Amino acid sequence: MAKPGTARTAPPSSHAPELDRLIHERLRLGIVSALAVNEALSFADLKKLLNTSDGNLSVHARKLEEAQYIACTKTFEGRLPRTEYRLTAAGRRALERYLEHMEALIRATREA
Amino acid sequence: MTTSPNPPAPGQGAPGAPDAAHAQALEDLRYIRRTMEGAASFTALSGWGVVAIGVTAFPAAYLAEHAMTHRGWMLIWLVEALIGVAIGVGTTVRKARAAREPLFGRPGRRFALTFATPMAAGAILTIALYYGGMVGILPGMWLLLYGTAFATAGAFSVPTVPVMGLCFMVMGTAALAAPSSAWLGNVFMAAGFGALHVVFGALIARKHGG
Repeated sequence: MAKPGTARTAPPSSHAPELDRLIHERLRLGIVSALAVNEALSFADLKKLLNTSDGNLSVHARKLEEAQYIACTKTFEGRLPRTEYRLTAAGRRALERYLEHMEALIRATREA
Repeated sequence: MTTSPNPPAPGQGAPGAPDAAHAQALEDLRYIRRTMEGAASFTALSGWGVVAIGVTAFPAAYLAEHAMTHRGWMLIWLVEALIGVAIGVGTTVRKARAAREPLFGRPGRRFALTFATPMAAGAILTIALYYGGMVGILPGMWLLLYGTAFATAGAFSVPTVPVMGLCFMVMGTAALAAPSSAWLGNVFMAAGFGALHVVFGALIARKHGG
């Protein structure tokens, strides 16, 4: 909840300073959203669900992992490696904040 | 709290473009919702719940086999059906809550409605066949329509669910084709509502988080 000390000089309709850019990116937002409603999803599940490529998914998943928004476990199913992702508490909070942020944006334009 | 302070996103929600920011926010929310619904449709049904329903079907089949009258036999299976519904609904609600997933989002509502339709047909046929003295047809009809419910509603769920439905339909068809006997009827009931539930419930639990 710690709000960075951004200047309050911006017009009230602009909530940009609070925006979490980490999950603002489309695919990363998709990963977090999909994991929010599943205990865990494999790399293959996510790829199919978000309709993206291996490379793209792994790049963005790694970004989220570095921020500790998601946790990754690698296991072996027979000889095939299986990567599973879960949403962390920090990731869930980030998504909630993001949703609140979007709501605020909509409310602000409605009131303007 | 672990996140570093984020600098203002350039070009996103810039002052002076409230309409663009508004449209962007709406589109973002829609995207989140679509993704959640697409991803969530497979968690609702509790695999362990389905296993539990299967487990209760075995003693029910045993009791039904020892029933003296058609009426007693019917009552045993109706009670078993109620127990099954209670377990199914209870465990599904619990699983949805644990995943913080709204139970009656769009996929949930669609699943429930599509599932309820063949089940209602089954209830009507049960009454008609019972009073028409065709109790022997009931096991096959129940299995067939219960399977239809999962096969069709399963379109809004993971592939395992409609496959389970198809297996129930095959079981029901076999029961209808088999020579009419009370003993065989109970065997088919145990094989369907018992064994199929246990096998597919375990599959769902293993593959789809409980």
